[in-house]
Amino acid sequence: MSSSPPTSAPSAASAPPPGSSSKALLSVHDLRTYFRVEGGVAKAVDGVSFEVFPGEVLGIVGESGSGKSVTSLSVLRLIPDPPGFIAGGQIVWRGQDLTKISYAEMRKIRGAEIAMIFQEPMTALNPLFTVGMQVTETILQHEKVDKPEAFERAVKMLERVGIPDARRRMTDYPHQFSGGMRQRVMIAIALSCNPSLLIADEPTTALDVTTQAQILELMLELKAKRAEASIMLITHDLAVVAETCQRVIVMYGGKIQEMGTVEQIFSNPKHPYTKGLLASLPSVSSERRKRLHAIRGNVPSIMDLPSGCKFCTRCDDVMERCHTLEPPIHVLEGNQQVRCHLYEGAGR
Amino acid sequence: MSTSTEPIATPAPPRTEPLLEVRDLRIMFPVWGGILRHKVAEVRAVDGVSFTLHRGETLGLVGESGCGKTTIAKAIINLLKATAPGVRQEGEIFFHFDKSKPPIDLLKLSNRAMRPYRGEIQMIFQDPFSSLNPRHTVGRIIEAPLRLHTPMTAKERQDRINWLLERVGLQPEHAGRYPHEFSGGQRQRIGIARALAVNPQLIVADEPVSALDVSVQAQVINLLEDLQDEFKLTYLFVAHDLSVVHHISDRIAVMYLGNVVELGTADAVYHTPVHPYSKALLSAVPRPDPNHARAKRTMLVGEIPTPLNKPSGCGFRTRCPIAKPECAEKVPPLELKPNGSKAACPYV
Repeated sequence: MSSSPPTSAPSAASAPPPGSSSKALLSVHDLRTYFRVEGGVAKAVDGVSFEVFPGEVLGIVGESGSGKSVTSLSVLRLIPDPPGFIAGGQIVWRGQDLTKISYAEMRKIRGAEIAMIFQEPMTALNPLFTVGMQVTETILQHEKVDKPEAFERAVKMLERVGIPDARRRMTDYPHQFSGGMRQRVMIAIALSCNPSLLIADEPTTALDVTTQAQILELMLELKAKRAEASIMLITHDLAVVAETCQRVIVMYGGKIQEMGTVEQIFSNPKHPYTKGLLASLPSVSSERRKRLHAIRGNVPSIMDLPSGCKFCTRCDDVMERCHTLEPPIHVLEGNQQVRCHLYEGAGR
Repeated sequence: MSTSTEPIATPAPPRTEPLLEVRDLRIMFPVWGGILRHKVAEVRAVDGVSFTLHRGETLGLVGESGCGKTTIAKAIINLLKATAPGVRQEGEIFFHFDKSKPPIDLLKLSNRAMRPYRGEIQMIFQDPFSSLNPRHTVGRIIEAPLRLHTPMTAKERQDRINWLLERVGLQPEHAGRYPHEFSGGQRQRIGIARALAVNPQLIVADEPVSALDVSVQAQVINLLEDLQDEFKLTYLFVAHDLSVVHHISDRIAVMYLGNVVELGTADAVYHTPVHPYSKALLSAVPRPDPNHARAKRTMLVGEIPTPLNKPSGCGFRTRCPIAKPECAEKVPPLELKPNGSKAACPYV
């Protein structure tokens, strides 16, 4: 484990200036989630601040080890402790700091106010219980209804997510469903208590493209019916973000590197990492077999991240101070935020 | 780069010379059932597939899970006989390994008779974590095919390993390390070095980049293209990511439920798909462009039937927007369409 940087990261200065008029539904401030591992502490999420506004779809993109999943799990306090723990920061949900409340209180929020769908629909469902029981369980847990009523609501939920013959399929087990259908069941469970925030962690990564299109369409369609509900979509797929989100956070090495609207991120990316990622995608219009722009090097493990800018070992625009000094977040025109020394003094 | 082990480059042959001819390939897997575990049914994983792979070209094989693309890849390297007891394979896979000799039918070869040809056909696997033996050093992994297929001395093999490691972007000192010390992208480079070790004519790559991070994918795609130019390799590139396949392939074959439904040049299939399934598949691919997003797309209804209950006639008719009653009668053959592609649908 390398020693900590001589100049500490000025992450406190990265408080998000809300350009939006609406009040944030969820605001995460300076979140630090660490994992105790052999030989030190892995800083999986290190000073992340962002807000989710009512009615928006916020995308968090990053590669493996960027901290995107740990961020979302931290919001729901689902970090396995030990080895993980929230080392600092606040997660404010409706005036309540989720890092401070008890597990019992958290359990009331989880599933009812904030729900989550996971990547692997086979492992997220219990193979020993019928699908019907698993949907009903959530409703019974959070709402004052009796069993028959919960059953009826579960049938209605399964119908809403497009499962044909829903009433009969209530008694089927997860293995009797295809991958796409299982993900629909997951969505039904997640939405059964009308949560205000849905966290979707790589919801379509395990699915085929045509099924992926169906599931994304379904999520947006259900969201459109409830104007105040928000979605936080965690994915590695930039194309999925472009098609579904309004705002995007780009993460690398446990930190937010860039944040902006989809238009800003995709047509006017600022951070060298974002630029590199977009350039490395084979595009529709570009000439076939033209060499792809590749970001050099490999994704570093969170155990040996560089001490300055986390991206400095792979960056083409690297400067001397990048190796020692962690860049602060610079707020640019249109409230686009970028963590890079290149934009020093370029703020509004 | 200029050691004595560098292979002699063959003169660039025309792209019309066949290297591999697959003719009416049918692969049936048994389904075992009952208390006596007897054969109760057969799954037709590949159901009459024909295509020709020309020397020096890249043929992309795309389709969703269960369409038979990986089964074809395994049949070509004659892996099914060893790994799937009771499998039935019909048709021919002619391999033109030597221009002066008649082609041989790989399907008819026993495991022993296949051995001399294995050096000519190598495979790159999807998962760089499970396809390398964790208990062998990188040097030993790359040396294995050299021991089996070449008369090289230990010294020659060592030189060749060092040269190969450099060629795929690693260092000779990596030969003494173990796979777990490398990242996913580096491991895939080791897999590529192993495939390249014996100077194969054909490389079958089964989803070689789908397990990699976006920023590393581009590196591996560039490497595969460079190696193809340098060593006049022929690739059968099996993948589900259509933009990657379009980028790397000369021609693309689209598969659905064990049949090739469309075959044409990469640009024709990607930009002007003809078959209703190819059209739906391409419109489902998310594009990394927020302005293209939310455009009208042909959304397929329902799910892919399992090959176990494949519809009669055209396999796609149950989900096809233009299906007619006649589609149930017979499997439509591939026929030439105005844009130069071949498609298995008489109504487009």
